[in-house]
Amino acid sequence: MHYSGLSLLRRAVCGSEDWASILTEPGMARSYDIVVVGGGGHGLATAYYLASKHHVTNVAVFEAGWIGGGNTARNTTIVRSDYLLNASFGLKNHALQLWADLSQELNFNLMYAPRGYIDLAHSDGELEHFTLRANAMRLGGADASILGLPDLQNRVPQLSVGADARYPVCGALVQEAGGVVRHDAVAWGFARKAIEAGVHVFQNCPVTGFDIREGRLRGVQTPRGNITCDQAVISVAGASVDVAKLASIDLPVMPINVQAFVTEPVKPTLDAVVNYNAGLCYISQTTKGEFVLGGATDGYVSTARRGSFARIEDVLARATQMFPFLSRLRLMRHWSGTADIAMDGNAIVGDTPIKGLKINTGWGYAGFKATPAVGHEMAALLATGRMPDLIAPFALDRFEAGALIDDAGIGPYPWLH
Amino acid sequence: MLLIPCPNCGPRDETEFTYGGPVSQWPEMNGGSTTKDWHRAVHFKSSKSTLVSELWYHDAGCERWIVLCRDQNSHDFTARAGP
Repeated sequence: MHYSGLSLLRRAVCGSEDWASILTEPGMARSYDIVVVGGGGHGLATAYYLASKHHVTNVAVFEAGWIGGGNTARNTTIVRSDYLLNASFGLKNHALQLWADLSQELNFNLMYAPRGYIDLAHSDGELEHFTLRANAMRLGGADASILGLPDLQNRVPQLSVGADARYPVCGALVQEAGGVVRHDAVAWGFARKAIEAGVHVFQNCPVTGFDIREGRLRGVQTPRGNITCDQAVISVAGASVDVAKLASIDLPVMPINVQAFVTEPVKPTLDAVVNYNAGLCYISQTTKGEFVLGGATDGYVSTARRGSFARIEDVLARATQMFPFLSRLRLMRHWSGTADIAMDGNAIVGDTPIKGLKINTGWGYAGFKATPAVGHEMAALLATGRMPDLIAPFALDRFEAGALIDDAGIGPYPWLH
Repeated sequence: MLLIPCPNCGPRDETEFTYGGPVSQWPEMNGGSTTKDWHRAVHFKSSKSTLVSELWYHDAGCERWIVLCRDQNSHDFTARAGP
């Protein structure tokens, strides 16, 4: 079904009763060309681009939970590409270009709002580093600018920039193409178009094992039966370590808890995404009026999906340093998710030691913004067998080779990334 | 919120500690270990089970590194493991 003003009007008159369901319950075939393990944004985008760009539609997506119930719907919806290293920047900037037209392409309103991403610097040294990053971004073809204090105050009038602040702000890196995208619409939009093209999407159906013989993938096991397939990709975010173990693959990844928060809704107040760097707190206001906030990880290994109170205090303290008026608002919702953070804090995308089995993991809390680009490139890899340039640097074997992509220069400590 | 059972100071709030990650088994430093040994020791730290032996530094207490065993699913601390 094509969504349009006319279809909306027709159903408004008819009592909105005959909207077709986005997600169908397909019958399971015994064999697929490609199996996508994990029906999050990345997995569904992979399935969508396989169908739309490569005409591969004999594809199944297996989701252990429900569509739009995992990390795709647990993030703070921010999209941006302000990364220093070429590999990180390239993939995320490709995503930013795809986000711009994706609502039209998917015929689904993803509410992409490029309201500008503002990264605050708290010292001259930090601002100098941001200048380096802005220059790298410009060389890569993206927009970026550095604002001094007066310009920053004009751009974000609500921001508290007093010199008596605990961590005074002295400037910012601004990427105006950055912004927010409605996260669960991304999962639904990709799922809908993939299903329309013939992809089978199974919810509440985890992959429980891999059939591997002589180093080659032959199929996958599910509670609803065994499937044979030529290729599969594991794209399961926080569950990566456990799912990869089913194929006897050790991942240089650790699961770590990340929290996010939503305040009660108020009138439009903040038209940008702002990131506070003395500690970490990122904030934006939704179209509905709520402020969405996130911060650093909880700082230790966890698969509990239960946040630490210390982090709540920490994030909110930084938020009120930026915007003191927030102290009057109450939190309405608060949740956490398991982020899969790799040893260099960057993603792992590409081949595994098992022929036919690909991996997409290690996105930590940076995965949402890259969703369409990862799907686009992973689909190209699966369909053509050739490694796309944009994901080649993210190979699993880079750790042994020493070719790490550590944007922050932190080292092999995922809980600090 | 973790209530960390410091063997020197008793149960204390997690904000008093710095996390040091899972306890690592480093390769021998006698010239006999390979790059692959170090690669495995540095990069593969995810636990085989949900129980993980970890280092914590008690900044606001005894100022010592301690080793505790914790269930990463439930956050329960179990019997103290290792030296």
